[in-house]
Amino acid sequence: MSRRRRAAIVGVAESEVGRTPHLTVLSQQAAATRAALSEAGLGPGDVDALFVAGNWSWAPALTLAEYLGLSPDYLDSTNIGGSSFEAHLGHATAAIEAGLIDVALITYGSTQRSNRSRASARPPATLTEQFDRPFGLPQPVGAYALAANRYFHQYGATGEQLAEVAVSARQWAAHNPHAYHRDPITVDDVLGSPMISDPLHVLDCCLVTDGGGALVVAAEDRWPDVRTRPVVVLGHGETTTHHSIARMPDLTVTGAARSGPAAMKMAGVTHADFDLLEIYDSFTITVLLTLESLGFCEPGGAGELVALGRTGPGGDLPMNTNGGGLSYTHPGMYGIFLLIEATRQLRHDFAAGSVRQVDDARLALVHGTGGVLSSTSTVVLGRG
Amino acid sequence: MEDLVPDAETQPFWDGVAAGELRLQRCGECDRAVFYPRALCPHCFGDRLDWFTSPGKGTVYAYTVARRAFSPSAGTPPYTVALIDLDEGVRMLSRIVGDSPVRIGDRVELEITRLGGEDSPALPCFRVRESV
Repeated sequence: MSRRRRAAIVGVAESEVGRTPHLTVLSQQAAATRAALSEAGLGPGDVDALFVAGNWSWAPALTLAEYLGLSPDYLDSTNIGGSSFEAHLGHATAAIEAGLIDVALITYGSTQRSNRSRASARPPATLTEQFDRPFGLPQPVGAYALAANRYFHQYGATGEQLAEVAVSARQWAAHNPHAYHRDPITVDDVLGSPMISDPLHVLDCCLVTDGGGALVVAAEDRWPDVRTRPVVVLGHGETTTHHSIARMPDLTVTGAARSGPAAMKMAGVTHADFDLLEIYDSFTITVLLTLESLGFCEPGGAGELVALGRTGPGGDLPMNTNGGGLSYTHPGMYGIFLLIEATRQLRHDFAAGSVRQVDDARLALVHGTGGVLSSTSTVVLGRG
Repeated sequence: MEDLVPDAETQPFWDGVAAGELRLQRCGECDRAVFYPRALCPHCFGDRLDWFTSPGKGTVYAYTVARRAFSPSAGTPPYTVALIDLDEGVRMLSRIVGDSPVRIGDRVELEITRLGGEDSPALPCFRVRESV
């Protein structure tokens, strides 16, 4: 074989996002799966691989396969937190390239917002957790606050610079009818919102919503069968640097410093080639650290990158074009929504000339972060 | 005790805390300190790990003031949680006790404290001794 056969995203969908007490993690995934397959013009009989992450079952792939009536020949329940779905896409691509599978389904569902009203006992701190939990660090926000505080100390960065990330996300959200929060906010609004864990305010933190999503990934020889324009997976990389924030080697450098270059090298692209960025925004600090670790600027330089509306609508570096985890939705593990949005942008699904559609989008960088800056997975996607 | 479950590997550490000491491990192969306790040196994969007692002195690497309650045994916010770089070269998540404001670079010293009252477990916390 002269060249490995390529993989592409051929169908995407989210389920209802926001607050969905009438749905379960399974019904959410069923709705998203049906819609994503339907968009692609494929059916359940085409799916031969299932990728799913969640902590709602000891074996989520088995539970979901049974519920959906699928009997896939390839299963992957890798859970590395919110970046799991970028990793799943990388794994699915590798399996497609190797000829092991033809059509993969990647799904996620969560009812975390509705669950909040139901009392749930905290499990005891065992194994490595016994050295963290007794000290009362609010998780995950406290871990990100430690990183933000260290970042401020090392580079003289400011809360204003963090706030720019939230303001930019909200500007995009105004153009997404499904976004949880759409009213404009200012830097002063962010800095004036209640402090949760210094220096992070409420508006530095992602939403807590319900929601689900699905992706259908197909091998190159199946592309003629599908109804959508394929979005090709050009490169991927993943890594972990730690589990507990206490074990993170440098609180200002994430695993993106490895997964990013790996994905870009595989794709044969450089920073200047990207038309848009979808960067996991669990917290505003996550975005600044990620941009630096990915190499879009020097350490300490990300504040300038997000200032003056550069990443907002009409800016020269469109980022988190659906409103992100900060304003659109964040059902616990957000990574699948980054991929759904990038796919839609690269297919030019939004009205030509609209604010929502990034003009002539051809190449996207999608970057997931999981745990407390613990795992990263980077994907390069191209318009097919 | 809802938050803390010692096991065979970590019991010597918590026994030390109960006795007023901070016990760490040192690798017999590469001579580097190891925290948290484990069966294998994460630096060189050596498996000869010996316990020693740390003087409990270190420097604040990062901190945050938690403003929202996290768990009943963690006490009432606001309180300061910090990452402490011990002089032996290991980093611990811990709590800063006392009223002094905390800054990165402050020198701190071990102060074993029961954060959740007399019935709660003794925990290795730190107090600021020298401000930057």
